[in-house]
Amino acid sequence: MPKDSGIGASSKRREDVRFLTGKGQYTDDVNVYGQTYVHFLRSDVAHAKINGIDTSAAEAMPGVVRIFTGKDFEGIGGLPCGWQVTDRHGQPMQEPGHPVLAQGKVRHVGDPIAAIVAETREQARDAAEAIGLELEELPAAVNMKEALKEGAPKVHDDLTSNLCYDWGFVEDNKAAVDEAIKNAAHVTTLELVNNRLIANPMEPRVAVGDYNAANDESTLYTTSQNPHVIRLLMGAFVLGIPEHKLRVVAPDVGGGFGTKIFHYAEEAFVTFAARQIKRPVKWTSTRSEAFMSDAHGRDHVTKIELALDKDNNFTAIRTETYANMGAYLSTFAPSVPTWLHGTLMAGNYRTPLIYVNVKAVFTNTVPVDAYRGAGRPEATFQLERVIDKAARELGVDPIKLRRQNFITQFPYATPVAVEYDTGDYTATMDKLEEIMDLSGFAARRKASEAKGKWRGLGINCYIEACGIAPSNLVGQLGARAGLYDAATVRVNATGSISVMVGAHSHGQGHETTFPQVIAEMIGIDESQVDIVHGDSSKIPFGMGTYGSRSLAVCGSAMVRATEKVIRKAKKIAAHLLEASEADIELKNGKFSVAGTDKSVDWTGVTLAAYVPHNYPLEDIEPGLEETAFYDPSNFTYPSGAYACEVEVDPETGKVTIEKFAAADDFGNVVNPMIVEGQVHGGIAQGIGQALLEAAVYDENGQLQSASYMDYAMPRADDLPFYIVDHSSCTPCTHNPLGVKGCGEAGAIGSPPAVVNAVIDALASGGKNVGHIDMPLTPHRVWKAMNQ
Amino acid sequence: MTKISMTVNGRQVTGDVEGRTLLVDFLRENLRLTGTHVGCDTSQCGACTVHVNGLQVKSCTMFAVEADGADVGTVEGQQNADGSLSTLQAAFQEHHGLQCGFCTPGMIMAASSLLKNNPKPSEAEIRHHLEGNICRCTGYHNIVKAIMAASGQDVSNIAAE
Repeated sequence: MPKDSGIGASSKRREDVRFLTGKGQYTDDVNVYGQTYVHFLRSDVAHAKINGIDTSAAEAMPGVVRIFTGKDFEGIGGLPCGWQVTDRHGQPMQEPGHPVLAQGKVRHVGDPIAAIVAETREQARDAAEAIGLELEELPAAVNMKEALKEGAPKVHDDLTSNLCYDWGFVEDNKAAVDEAIKNAAHVTTLELVNNRLIANPMEPRVAVGDYNAANDESTLYTTSQNPHVIRLLMGAFVLGIPEHKLRVVAPDVGGGFGTKIFHYAEEAFVTFAARQIKRPVKWTSTRSEAFMSDAHGRDHVTKIELALDKDNNFTAIRTETYANMGAYLSTFAPSVPTWLHGTLMAGNYRTPLIYVNVKAVFTNTVPVDAYRGAGRPEATFQLERVIDKAARELGVDPIKLRRQNFITQFPYATPVAVEYDTGDYTATMDKLEEIMDLSGFAARRKASEAKGKWRGLGINCYIEACGIAPSNLVGQLGARAGLYDAATVRVNATGSISVMVGAHSHGQGHETTFPQVIAEMIGIDESQVDIVHGDSSKIPFGMGTYGSRSLAVCGSAMVRATEKVIRKAKKIAAHLLEASEADIELKNGKFSVAGTDKSVDWTGVTLAAYVPHNYPLEDIEPGLEETAFYDPSNFTYPSGAYACEVEVDPETGKVTIEKFAAADDFGNVVNPMIVEGQVHGGIAQGIGQALLEAAVYDENGQLQSASYMDYAMPRADDLPFYIVDHSSCTPCTHNPLGVKGCGEAGAIGSPPAVVNAVIDALASGGKNVGHIDMPLTPHRVWKAMNQ
Repeated sequence: MTKISMTVNGRQVTGDVEGRTLLVDFLRENLRLTGTHVGCDTSQCGACTVHVNGLQVKSCTMFAVEADGADVGTVEGQQNADGSLSTLQAAFQEHHGLQCGFCTPGMIMAASSLLKNNPKPSEAEIRHHLEGNICRCTGYHNIVKAIMAASGQDVSNIAAE
């Protein structure tokens, strides 16, 4: 019987009402009295020396307040990188500077050169056209492998080469892996590209900087997934503003998907400029600007080898990946192809020996960083593609090959440094076979064939590391920050509760789900609990939302704080009931003395806490408010099995998704409706990657997919209804709610399912195609089948 | 500057605009009706969808002066007279047809326009009608489901077949 409130209930989202009626307050809806507008003049070439910037004519244009260039930022910090990777020789990665406005050189199309602040947006834009720029164009480094060759154009003249790092993992395993591959009964090799993507949340980025000279305080309103992280990075490393003089607000944010984690130049600029001109400064990105200034995602070129013994047991995996960093190191860029990718290469399988090599490369392209899944989709894609290819080469059933190699004993320490606490991969595969109606596939294939279409079935499994992250572990791996989270539970005198959380909701529904947890713990109505988030002046601290961490990490902090509140409330109740604290029970919002009919309800206790007339002041402080910080002891490991059925039109190569199912294990689930919505969205982004989306540069570093007319976003008629299930549940063993996180699963699990299905469809039409790189456009599929 | 006047959500409004002012900017900046959003600059995303004289229009593709004298409807005018959510809005909440909420006003305006002309659209008709409205969060599953539910169709077995 489904619950109608508390943990496990599909409570309807309370935030919906404001969004459905046009009352959401997004950053572009924020206007500060007296504000000016900034327009960034950006490089239209990939690589050039700046020989001169003449702003004199522009400065005389109507409405222009001030024009800033790189010169104004001399002596001011650049944008910092939050992660330092150590290479396979024990050396730190090469770390170039990242100025707020270009200094001396531009390094990608979209690199900001000048910032024009004017009374109106139009005046700023008009004035930008009057700036005289002397750019001396240089050859661009675009292709990663070319960029590593001797004599290639250098993105950063002060670095020794375009190689950021050459990372080996686990380096000590290398010789054993080489040996195992040499002696294997069978080795399947696959070379592939994980296509470069652009996250494209529907709300473009916006930043509004404000400065109050009366108390020397700066406020930044920004489209961020993690306002405290921005406050720390911008305050401490870029502008030198102490935290207590800097407030960062991220109000309603229209989607993030990773690309709103990072600290961007525009945020630092508006905060800096507002202090300079003593007026608020607002920037609203256009979509065209977003394409060339939001951090991109993925962009790996990989060779993977899977070794099997004569009984088809996996014996070793060896990978070599080139990972594009773009022109500068975005906030978490170095961690994505290393610690979020290499550590997941075991997948759901018992492979005793694994070696991962990653070469991170600077190119004259937009910086690349985390995008939904971040490293884990790249790991899953190559692993699940190579397994499928191996099954085809060996003539065995791809599901059987997977089942045979599943990890079945937990906890399981992988050869790539992580320990899975729980999981049941056989159960999710069983569930998948059931919900996908796999036994009916042959009949469906026949029906497709009758229409002249080839039908294919693609299966894959995934594992991900979420609940990011144990601070001591990531600290050893190069993180320059802790990755705990915090919550304050403030109980008011009349019993209602405000919860200040460090997680940020930009579509995930925290305003609904977090109160479900507290309401369940105390036994009060969900409507009595409100969540406060997104404002560094209102919440204790927080590392924000990404890596499917909100409930697993911040939710755990909230549970801990609520437990403290309950402990104190019980003491107060014991006093009011003249009983021993140990005898007090809390049930359905009522404190009672065990074995008696004596009780006091929740509001009786909260009122006493704030009106302490009859109160043990010598033993307990008045008030009822507690804070907890929670640092996880391990990652969480959601897992699942996905299936996709496609039809391929043999005449055109066009692929359509006919059926899609996802069987996930997210551990315990607080709100099934929201969890399913998260999976739907992830699947759509994964199908987008597999069939439609690609950020494409030409050989000169021009971004050719820089609008929605060139970058194919998935639309309603590209996608089917999805069958999703999360009834396979192995609760996380190390956080109080037993939750694992669900935000990224769909984007991780779907691309290999789609590509495996297309390869299967082609095989059914007699076309033995080893691999097609994503996106599987009709042109690529047609070319592959006609080669 | 040109003086324009129009009816927005049943209210008579006037304003002075430049010839280049887009209808969406007039709604957002002059009238502070910020429910209508700007998600792109190529008329692709549909976050700015409004109704002009009963027709579904992308307000980033129309100059404010072109709407002089028109009857304009935005998401702020979609609730019932008593302030409660319309059947369509309520269906979006009931079936989780929104996440971040940014594309939602455009989706509501596009869907209400569809339902006006086609009170019981098929799944395919809904998906086709939404071709000009991009959502990055929901994968469209629950948007399509909500619109079907709002039109009185049984959605309890969606995706089960």
